[in-house]
Amino acid sequence: MNKFNYLIIGNSAGAVGCIEGLRSIDKKGKIGLVSEESHHVYSRALIPYYLDGKIDREKLYYRPLDFYDRAGVTLFMGKKAVTIDVEKREVELSGGERLGYGKLLLATGGKPIFPPISGLDKQNVFSFHSYSDLQGIEETLETAQNVVVLGGGVIGLMAAEVLKRRGLSVYVIELADRVLAPVLDETASRLVEKAFQKAGVKIFLNNTIQHVHGTHFVESLTLKDGSTIPCDLLIVGVGVAPRVELVEGTGIEVKRGIMVDKTMQTSVPNIYACGDCAVNYNFVTGEIQPLPLWPNAYLGGRTAAFNMAGVEREYTLGTSMNAMHFFDLNIINAGLNVTEKNAGNWKIVQCLDESNNLYRKFVLSDDGALKGYILVGQINRAGIFLNLMRRKIDVREFEQELLDENFGYSKLPAQLRWQLLKEDVILGVV
Amino acid sequence: MGKILAKPEVCMGCHLCEIWCAVAHSKTKNIIKAFNYEKSKPLPRIRVEENLPVTFALQCRHCEEPDCVAACISGALTKNPETGAVEHDRDKCVGCYSCVLTCPYGNIFINDESRQIIKCDLCAGLDSRYCVSHCPNEALVYVED
Repeated sequence: MNKFNYLIIGNSAGAVGCIEGLRSIDKKGKIGLVSEESHHVYSRALIPYYLDGKIDREKLYYRPLDFYDRAGVTLFMGKKAVTIDVEKREVELSGGERLGYGKLLLATGGKPIFPPISGLDKQNVFSFHSYSDLQGIEETLETAQNVVVLGGGVIGLMAAEVLKRRGLSVYVIELADRVLAPVLDETASRLVEKAFQKAGVKIFLNNTIQHVHGTHFVESLTLKDGSTIPCDLLIVGVGVAPRVELVEGTGIEVKRGIMVDKTMQTSVPNIYACGDCAVNYNFVTGEIQPLPLWPNAYLGGRTAAFNMAGVEREYTLGTSMNAMHFFDLNIINAGLNVTEKNAGNWKIVQCLDESNNLYRKFVLSDDGALKGYILVGQINRAGIFLNLMRRKIDVREFEQELLDENFGYSKLPAQLRWQLLKEDVILGVV
Repeated sequence: MGKILAKPEVCMGCHLCEIWCAVAHSKTKNIIKAFNYEKSKPLPRIRVEENLPVTFALQCRHCEEPDCVAACISGALTKNPETGAVEHDRDKCVGCYSCVLTCPYGNIFINDESRQIIKCDLCAGLDSRYCVSHCPNEALVYVED
């Protein structure tokens, strides 16, 4: 039986974060990786860019082709991990092979959610998640005219944008009364909707698919409001759910996702989890929740790696965050999404220039700490806000400066500024 | 790896570091040709922050644990294990702006023309670090580890 010091189940951002973390401190330990898909590690997040023609197939790869060789990783490609024996510390693969582990990382990712609508099993229905989705979409696009995207979230809208740019008629169907409702407020949603309208994408709000028409292929759809739209390609982009089937019956605790502590260890010693299959600590809310985002997967994997190799580290930098661009509109958000409906008692500092599609909104707690923000139109230097939020800096003294498009460290009070930049500047020379 | 450090007290806010950074990353490396004749507008990867009388210039800090590399969805941003530099591969960058979202210094910039990002490469392949060597008041210095 093959035995590994470190065994990784999964082959995306979390796995790579773990391998790079491991190899930064342990050059020798044996690493094994089990991947259900047989492709070299690729980035799901690049699917829209590929369909947009911005990159070719080769550039879907997230790391160079020799990455695993150079990192000394033994690959088990096209194999599915079926069970974990937590007592014997073994994983069984499809086909019966067993692999022993010292430390195990579960980076099994998420699976696209398909709402319970009958007819979503037809041949021209795809999610926007995997290499095989991409291949199916590409084939279908050869003859498609009308594309329907179910879901007006980040993934759905990215799909809608690139398909519109390919000259297709695109319809987006969203259950909520606005797009991107989980991550943006009403004002920002409106600006995004406007961008799509201008581009000629039809968005149906407060709506969903009532009936799917067609035998083997979807031909048209009847919506909840009674309208009927033609459909040659249906993309389901309503989100992902953690893939946790591997841990069922193992005693590893699951609560919305595989439960982990801040070191990314599960409830069973020597077993770690990260990425879309796991939960994350949200430093803004203090809650443990799924945060299915690329940086969280990578950093969760990297943090797990250090702990797996015996160097204690915690991952406490995760929260909800997105960088988005739709047509000419750039958007960044992070932290709490405070809307008109859940305004609460937060202090809001904001400015809106609707005609120029510029919007900035900051959410402050009682003690002046940043709890969330939305930037629309101008996103330069946005990371500074994430840094201020992570460090729980009291921003009240300069809160109006946050609205300045040229915000930077120079706008902070001197003492705070030089404290934050102490590694970067030399003071006291005159 | 060394680091470029700023001396805010002697920075005059002349922005020449931005100018020469743009030249360093132009095709011709010639200030006149770069600004007058090159098709793509030369852009700096360093930013002078101003809140008069305070001025200082910062560029990518090539962090030990770079958030931008962790966030990069395409593999365009990597930390070179030998030099420690955070490197950007233009061929791979799709302009997702995850690095803009996460850079704690706000020192990764958007090239509006290409919609990709631009960042300091420590003048890799050039004979000097242009922002340092062209600063008239030595307000930028390169300090070896």
